[in-house]
Amino acid sequence: MDALDLARWQFGVTTVYHFLFVPLTIGLGVFVAGLQTAWLRTGKEHYLRLTKFFGKLFLINFAMGVVTGLVQEFQFGMNWSDYSTFVGDVFGAPLAMEALLAFFLESTFLGLWIFGWDRLPRKAHLACLWAAVIGSNLSAYFILAANAWMKHPVGYEVVGGRARMTDLWAVLTNSTALAQIPHVVAAAFVVAGGFVIAVSGYQILRERGLPLTPRRTGRGLPETPDLDATVPLRRTPGMWRTALRGALVMTAIAGVVVAGSGDLSGQLLREQQPMKLAAAEGLRHDTTAAPFSPVPGVEIPGLLSILAAHDPNAQVQGIDDIQRRYATSFGTADYTPNLPVVFWSFRLMIYFGMAAVGLSVLGLWLTRRPRKRRGSRTERPVPSWFARLCVLALPLPTMAIIAGWLLSEIGRQPWTVQGELMTAASVSPGVSLAEVAITLAAFTVLYGVLALAEGALMLRHIKAGPEPAPAEPVRSDPDAVRLTPTLMY
Amino acid sequence: MTLTTFWFTVIAFLWTGYFVLEGFDFGVGALMPLLSRNEADRKQVIGTIGPVWDGNEVWLITAVGAMFAAFPAWYSGLLSSFYLPLFLIVGGLIVRGVGLEWRGKVSSRRELALCDAGIVTGSVLTAFLWGAIFGNLLYGTAFATVLGGALSLTLAVLHGAVFVALKTTGPVRARARMAALLASVGAVPAAVAALSAIPADHGSAWMWAAALVAVSTLAAGVALAWRRREGMAFTATATTIAATTATLFGALWPAPLPGLTVAEAASAPYTLTVLTWIGLIALPGVIAYQSWTYWVFRKRLTSAVSDISVH
Repeated sequence: MDALDLARWQFGVTTVYHFLFVPLTIGLGVFVAGLQTAWLRTGKEHYLRLTKFFGKLFLINFAMGVVTGLVQEFQFGMNWSDYSTFVGDVFGAPLAMEALLAFFLESTFLGLWIFGWDRLPRKAHLACLWAAVIGSNLSAYFILAANAWMKHPVGYEVVGGRARMTDLWAVLTNSTALAQIPHVVAAAFVVAGGFVIAVSGYQILRERGLPLTPRRTGRGLPETPDLDATVPLRRTPGMWRTALRGALVMTAIAGVVVAGSGDLSGQLLREQQPMKLAAAEGLRHDTTAAPFSPVPGVEIPGLLSILAAHDPNAQVQGIDDIQRRYATSFGTADYTPNLPVVFWSFRLMIYFGMAAVGLSVLGLWLTRRPRKRRGSRTERPVPSWFARLCVLALPLPTMAIIAGWLLSEIGRQPWTVQGELMTAASVSPGVSLAEVAITLAAFTVLYGVLALAEGALMLRHIKAGPEPAPAEPVRSDPDAVRLTPTLMY
Repeated sequence: MTLTTFWFTVIAFLWTGYFVLEGFDFGVGALMPLLSRNEADRKQVIGTIGPVWDGNEVWLITAVGAMFAAFPAWYSGLLSSFYLPLFLIVGGLIVRGVGLEWRGKVSSRRELALCDAGIVTGSVLTAFLWGAIFGNLLYGTAFATVLGGALSLTLAVLHGAVFVALKTTGPVRARARMAALLASVGAVPAAVAALSAIPADHGSAWMWAAALVAVSTLAAGVALAWRRREGMAFTATATTIAATTATLFGALWPAPLPGLTVAEAASAPYTLTVLTWIGLIALPGVIAYQSWTYWVFRKRLTSAVSDISVH
């Protein structure tokens, strides 16, 4: 173990942790903005209640995304100073643009939204939320463009041991970026959709007085209601069905985008990062009609070639052959990433992601509009078993996204910038093992505690459910004061 | 003016924006328990920065991001050489941020106390460490480190106290005025010591002028706070922090780190030109909509209890 290993662990831990919260911010923000828009257009009260309910969950999560993001920006300079000096000219530009064009928008307008319920005209208040969520999504664009440059550097030249940007437009329209931005952003909508689906499924079960898991105390005995008795139940017919259906639609559409952009990324890998592609299959030698193994030991001939080139007979380079070629052009070193991690993260990303999106398609079919038969227009109820499935499926999209990042970043090793800079040459030379160890331990403890707190807080607000139908906030009405978050302005 | 000089100025401007804006919300966070007798008071104090603190913090993200883009070697050298203090700053900003965001969403007294502990610790620690880092960077001595930390902490507390006095009514406003006067007992000598040393050692005429502006607006700010002219007092303390930051960056020119000049650290002209255009387009917009936020929330906060006829 040296400072390099610990710095890598620190980057992995803090980045994966950061990315537990960010996708929910990106997707749930848009969902809440959609709910509030629906309220403004239809005037239906349950849209307002859902807006406030999911808005609160959104804010609990947003805080964590923001504060853990700070670590990311500082970490490049603190742990990876040689990397930062090498790439800053190119890599720093999208980061500065992210702060200037996205973070200001996000933070400022979110503050206006949180505290502006009774200070701003309704339309202006809603516009603030849209501005904030546009900011969140824009930030994803810039940081992913920066990340894509590490995998496929474009628009630069190396002068005097430092990369120099020659074309910002090329950096911002990097083919790798244009494939991975829709992939990651759409995956964020799958995460947010999965979250709303799980919460709605939970609330539907509660309204029916059903437990989360069907428990039978004896043969043939009926299920016993198992509800948190301390929380009074407020029946809200149709509200959770609305939320569930909205989230199912969002997840299904996002799932199509994830699959399409993922396919595009796979083909780019073949040209730009052949080692990652080979490692994802464990393919040893250059192979035409390369197979794909859904599980180890089972090979589907030609499938990897189809994934990588849309041609069952296309050639895919193998690990050993790439290693030999890299050694010739870049000098003797080990150019092979951690094979089991890359192999499994590739599969788990696909399986978990497909399961999450499959659930949404199933849900849409189960709750589809019935055919008009003799004028009856009763909606199909959400089956209770499906509601349970919704709750159980909560971790799937997040696990898919984490697996995806492990594939993407561990598969890039041993490079920080593909073909230009190796990870071993990126770390801060002046930072000691002890310093990295201290901060790694401290971040792990702090992050662990905060994760528990966030989980508990979320769960409590989910259990409490939405506030009872709020009266119109009237400024002179003393009861209305309590509806505003903290204070009267 | 060359592109490099221009970008050094831009970064000084971004840090100034950060210290002026988050300066007062560090002060508000640090003073919250001292200005409050009960939960309603605490809500009133924290409510003054509720809508704006997160936007203020983006000035830091932008300043650091701009350093990364415009002066990569400065960014990486500064961050890796102040490793543990910066880790503490990031940790402080984390506990402070979640404390502020979660405060309105927890229910029990114990959880509120935990959020408050995060807010106070994060505010005090971070406000102290920024000054300590820059003091250490300029002189490398323990005395300069402590003096720098004391200056940034007391200025933040003074600035925050004046802000609370400006934004509240009732007993909290009166206590904030007292806190401002008390903070000046530390801030004035620290400012005089630091702001006479820096121009004397790095001195050019304009730095002496900036230091003089800083000290005189500090004195004016205290006097105005005493006379309950809070709007003017806040303008004065904001000017103090801006002029102090200007003096600091004057001392960092042309070598922001030992052995590294601005010219050596700078990105190539292409990048700086592109960044200039982006900054020229975006920054006026940012300043406009952040100003609008302060306009929307311009009224003084009355205590929550007086509005709700319960208890």
